[in-house]
Amino acid sequence: MSADLLVAVEHVSKKYCRGLRQSLWYGLRDFAGELTGQRGAGRLALRAGEFLALDDISFELRRGECLGLVGANGAGKSSLLKLLNGLVRPDAGRIAITGRVGGLIELGAGFNPLLTGRENIYVNGAVLGMTRAEMDRRLDDIVSFAELEQFIDAPVQSYSSGMRARLGYAVASRLDPDVLLIDEVLAVGDLSFRLKCLNSIEQQLERSAVIFVTHQMTQVARVCTRAMHLVHGRMGTRGDPVSVIESYLALATPATTAFQSVAGTAVTRAVFAGEDEPIAPDIPYRIGHLQDLVLDVELTVPAQHRNVMLSVGVFDRELQGIGECAQHRDTPLRNTGAPLRARITLPRINLSRGVYTVTLGVNCADTGLILARFPSLRAILVTGDHPMWAPVHFESSFEQVQ
Amino acid sequence: MNETGHAARATMVTVYTAESRLRHPRLLWREMRRDLLASRELAFRLFVRNFRARYRQSVLGYVWVFLPPAAGTLLFLFLRQAGIFSVADTGVPYGAFLVCGFVLWQTFTDAVQSPLRMVSQSRAMLTRVNFPREALILGGLAEVLVTFMVRALLLVAVLAWYRIVPATDAWFFLPAVLVLVGTGIAIGLALVPVGMLYQDVENGLALALPFWMLLTPVLYPAQGAGPGALLMNLNPVAPVLDTARAWLLGGAAVHAQGFYIVGACAGVLLLAGWFAYRLALPILIERMSA
Repeated sequence: MSADLLVAVEHVSKKYCRGLRQSLWYGLRDFAGELTGQRGAGRLALRAGEFLALDDISFELRRGECLGLVGANGAGKSSLLKLLNGLVRPDAGRIAITGRVGGLIELGAGFNPLLTGRENIYVNGAVLGMTRAEMDRRLDDIVSFAELEQFIDAPVQSYSSGMRARLGYAVASRLDPDVLLIDEVLAVGDLSFRLKCLNSIEQQLERSAVIFVTHQMTQVARVCTRAMHLVHGRMGTRGDPVSVIESYLALATPATTAFQSVAGTAVTRAVFAGEDEPIAPDIPYRIGHLQDLVLDVELTVPAQHRNVMLSVGVFDRELQGIGECAQHRDTPLRNTGAPLRARITLPRINLSRGVYTVTLGVNCADTGLILARFPSLRAILVTGDHPMWAPVHFESSFEQVQ
Repeated sequence: MNETGHAARATMVTVYTAESRLRHPRLLWREMRRDLLASRELAFRLFVRNFRARYRQSVLGYVWVFLPPAAGTLLFLFLRQAGIFSVADTGVPYGAFLVCGFVLWQTFTDAVQSPLRMVSQSRAMLTRVNFPREALILGGLAEVLVTFMVRALLLVAVLAWYRIVPATDAWFFLPAVLVLVGTGIAIGLALVPVGMLYQDVENGLALALPFWMLLTPVLYPAQGAGPGALLMNLNPVAPVLDTARAWLLGGAAVHAQGFYIVGACAGVLLLAGWFAYRLALPILIERMSA
């Protein structure tokens, strides 16, 4: 059973059009072409205003495999899922799907806010293709998975968005499809529910071929057997998840502001240990987990600020603060207006693998005034063997004791 | 959950290419019949959902189903009584004539608007879930028919009020209503492909319906001769509505022949509309999903 070829995608391309009016007009013409049997007869040609949202995509997927699709927003991930789901049709190429397709895409499709959770379970289940007998059998299962026992007879409009998503997920995950499409749904709910979802997906993995779209690289690393990086609709790196994640992270670096002057304070150089100069500021610095992070900076500060303190912050891709450190007020940098040089060391950096942004703050030690803040001075790419959930990966030891 | 289930399903291969689906009409027809069967459960759920939710946030509830024909009837009865508006002899009490006309006209407008409304309100679902698309049309059809049955209570009440004993032909009233609904759904279905792309269709329909009613023998008896008769011949709803009403209330249908012609045309249009709907949806979804 495990060798069943369930998904075969051959040289698939899809055009889209940016302008609304033009797009509607092309829609009408495509419909006319469909009615006259002309559509898809000629070669793929782009009309004015059109672009290829997907360009020559090919892959195969067997039962038990999970393909992670990664890429920036607008790279074509969701378009590809729509094609696989049969919602829209390719403009070139061929897709063959064997068996039943299920999607964890739109959670709670067909929910009506005025109806109760129980009534909506039946609507949602029917939309997803379950029979009434299946629904009756699985109702208790669904309610307990969603952890909504007390609220199931309340109208769905009284639910929080998290509760709604939980109910939607609980129904959708009762499907037992041959091909499972997952699009960003695991961003919902609290952490414990997310882990529960991930567990249910892992159980489904061996029975299905799974295509998984997410921006969370830890999830890709955990569940996917293979991955594909989409770059502007084309296939980028493909293969084992770890190498694809690294290629994605290297491209998906947060935009670094070029060194700039803020109110007379300017950073003229920011170089990590071992880097050659001059360095392009937008290439992330690679550093292994638990290595020392050493940053040399050169800056100029107006001479009236005699004593200057620096501070460094580390933020993740969503601009959540991870940690920071600051120079002590009693040991400031002495400033004369000439270029100041400083070496900042963060020993044994215990970040999980991923891309982070390093910020630099410049304060006056005498007044405490913030002179300048460089919100994305440089990006760093932390490498490591173990994908982790939380941004901090503690140094630790686990030993058996008697 | 079980291996045999997977093995059975695994034989089903779905292929998507750019080619027009009309190149393989036999395959298309097979898929259409399969999806029609598969859509019954969902159609029922959508109908129950819409019907329950429609009046849940209202005090008067299902009274709203009766209000439009009742209000229209009372208004025109008053206008005629007051001599503001005069109408030729209808052969039956004017109140019964009006209620029957309004109920039938309302049922037709429900039917003609139903496909576009159902598809339009399901945009989010359509762009994300692949369900049998026939369910939207069937669910809408069920809503139209059940709403008609509820309104039919008003008809029963009016027949009792005027002590009208339905003629023996009255049993033909129900199939005539089905033809009326079928005509409405067929026209509505044909509007979906363009109507989902351009809002103009829905706006135009909303504008046209009140005028269309005035051109249909709802308030006045059908015209057998003169310029009025030409109007009846061009208006597909006129013979169907007039014949249905004549069968229920007694009296001669002026355009019984037109009824059968329209019925046959509606059947053909319904089938053609179904094909067009199937072919159009992937294209429409592509343009919907912004």
